Amino acid sequence: MSIVKQALRAGRHALPKADPNFGAPIDTSHGPILYVEGISVSFDGFKALNDLNLYVDDGELRCIIGPNGAGKTTMMDVITGKTRPDEGSVFFGQSINLLELSEHQIARGGIGRKFQKPTIFEALTVYENLELATAANKRVWSTLTRELNGAQKDRIEEVLHTIGLITQRHQDAGALSHGQKQWLEIGMLLMQEPRVLLVDEPVAGMTGEEVEHTAQLLTSLAGKHSVIVVEHDMAFVRSIARTVTVLHQGSVLAEGSMDQVQNDPKVIEVYLGET
Amino acid sequence: MLTQRLLTSDRGGMIVLGIIAVALVLVPILNMTLPRESPFYVSNFTVALLGKFLCFALLALAVDLIWGYAGILSLGHGAFFALGGYAMGMYLMRQIGERGVYGHPELLDFMVVMNWESLPWYWQGFDMFWFAALMILLIPGLLALVFGWLAFRSRVTGVYFAIITQALTYALMLAFFRNEMGFGGNNGLNDFKTILGFEIATRATRAGLFVASGIALILGYLSCRYIVTSRMGRVLVSIRDAESRTRFSGYKVESYKLWVFVYSSMMAAVAGALYVPQVGIINPGEFSPLNSIEVVVWVATGGRGTLYGAIVGAFSVNYAKTFFTTWSPQTWLFVLGSLFVLVTLLLPKGLVGLFNHLKRKQREDNPPPEAPSEDAATIKSPGGAA
Ligand SMILES: Nc1ncnc2c1ncn2[C@@H]1O[C@H](COP(=O)(O)OP(=O)(O)OP(=O)(O)O)[C@@H](O)[C@H]1O
Ligand SMILES: [Mg+2]
Repeated sequence: MSIVKQALRAGRHALPKADPNFGAPIDTSHGPILYVEGISVSFDGFKALNDLNLYVDDGELRCIIGPNGAGKTTMMDVITGKTRPDEGSVFFGQSINLLELSEHQIARGGIGRKFQKPTIFEALTVYENLELATAANKRVWSTLTRELNGAQKDRIEEVLHTIGLITQRHQDAGALSHGQKQWLEIGMLLMQEPRVLLVDEPVAGMTGEEVEHTAQLLTSLAGKHSVIVVEHDMAFVRSIARTVTVLHQGSVLAEGSMDQVQNDPKVIEVYLGET
Repeated sequence: MLTQRLLTSDRGGMIVLGIIAVALVLVPILNMTLPRESPFYVSNFTVALLGKFLCFALLALAVDLIWGYAGILSLGHGAFFALGGYAMGMYLMRQIGERGVYGHPELLDFMVVMNWESLPWYWQGFDMFWFAALMILLIPGLLALVFGWLAFRSRVTGVYFAIITQALTYALMLAFFRNEMGFGGNNGLNDFKTILGFEIATRATRAGLFVASGIALILGYLSCRYIVTSRMGRVLVSIRDAESRTRFSGYKVESYKLWVFVYSSMMAAVAGALYVPQVGIINPGEFSPLNSIEVVVWVATGGRGTLYGAIVGAFSVNYAKTFFTTWSPQTWLFVLGSLFVLVTLLLPKGLVGLFNHLKRKQREDNPPPEAPSEDAATIKSPGGAA
């Protein structure tokens, strides 16, 4: 399978050196929007990722599972520019080499990320958190001299509704409950209007109802965006998953539908061996 | 609309600015029109002292902008203050002309003593005020640009950044101590005669410098308010609280830090430039690492991250310093040290925080009939400006 994809990708154009502008079209003419190939990352000799390959289609909702320490978060670190791999390549569409870009360029280019530990700006209000994430000109001079325009402000209102924090809009984000912080961070992702959303453990600390709500939201996002969800909560994964990738010791152990994966003897062994 | 954004949601700042504005009018009048015997007479000494404090307050403001908002702890801001001071000092020295001890039309006294033949290239142009004014901003600004670019690009933060800023100011101190540098070495620059044609030692000139410092402080305050109430202000706070999250939201953190650091360094330089003609001397001691640490203590004492707290802190700590150093000079360092420890442990939000806390408590104890206790919400309202 990966050979086919590689062949497809061979038609890639020269690498863009410039900052990919917000909203620039991403070339997904061959299907996938994200190509992660042969990635290895080691920390002091320990291989957190080991020849990892992953392809995510445009508009796909992909779930990634795997035991603790499998390398799920590290994979997101590589895609978003936080960690540079020792080997391999990561492409966004046909032509954008993510390994050449820095964190803010990748974010502006259309890859948004929610952290495993909810990370929001606690000293700012809910509204200001969303304002900050809004897809707008993020250069120094523009933020100093220009407020958001009407359409962008309307969008913030819309997202406040979507994440159910409309009444908390002027509250300090630090005062939110854990679940609400998770929601706010997802809201911030939406404000970025990314093509690809990387969502690390979104339902940790949420109540049953909140989990259900999150599942609905993420499924509704797929299609327009590509969504990659890392979760340990199997019931949640089952409720949203179409394709599931299982990571183990830094590489892909299995990939397929939830049923296929759960009946895969290798996967059973890893999960049983763990507990 | 802009004044609304800058001032209405900032009651503390308005009070502080109001007091300064009143003082700018009253102090010179009371100093120049009243007889010495009058109980309302303000002495020349007090005018000079308050003028100095105004400059310190501007310096504190510069530090609060980067430390309180962007989380950049600079323990070297005294260096920018001193560089601004030296640039002004160079202008004042060139104004002396033939009135120097050796009466040389161009060379300064210390250059004559060192048997220099001609004025070094870097002293050229400083006889013109506009040029000196430009250099007051450019030299510290350029230093901050290069230094900040190197540090922020390699992602030096926190304590490490603080330490290298200390090293920066220390290195500059050593350099300026050397006579061959051509800045008067140990003695620095002093014995100024005129500024913009006015005799520097007269009452009127001193009052003018006092007012100029106050105006600079007010403009500095308003510019900082403009920055912190803009979207950029929110980006700075988010860099302070969660730097990597800010990157992943699409902001180039280094550029923001660099911009605000350079701006802050220029504010410090203006403060230094106004300070020097009022105290009549600038010497390498102004680069002392301890000076820069003191500034951080002022800000912490007043209340970090509020802007007006920095002004309150600069005035109260320096007032205490004047008091202690006349009473018993050796004790000041101990007082300063204990102050820092006490503030850190007991008053993390500084005097301003304490004051707000007391006010809130008083309001809770006897709530007014139907006062909407929504200050927090109105202050936070981001749409308020629109
Ligand atoms: N910066 C780092 N330095 C050293 N080791 C690291 C670092 N980051 C991750 N690791 C190690 O790499 C391995 C993979 O970590 P990673 O966080 O990617 O796992 P994960 O699949 O996200 O696990 P979890 O489900 O617990 O979040 C772990 O063994 C971890 O200890
Ligand atoms: Mg993880």
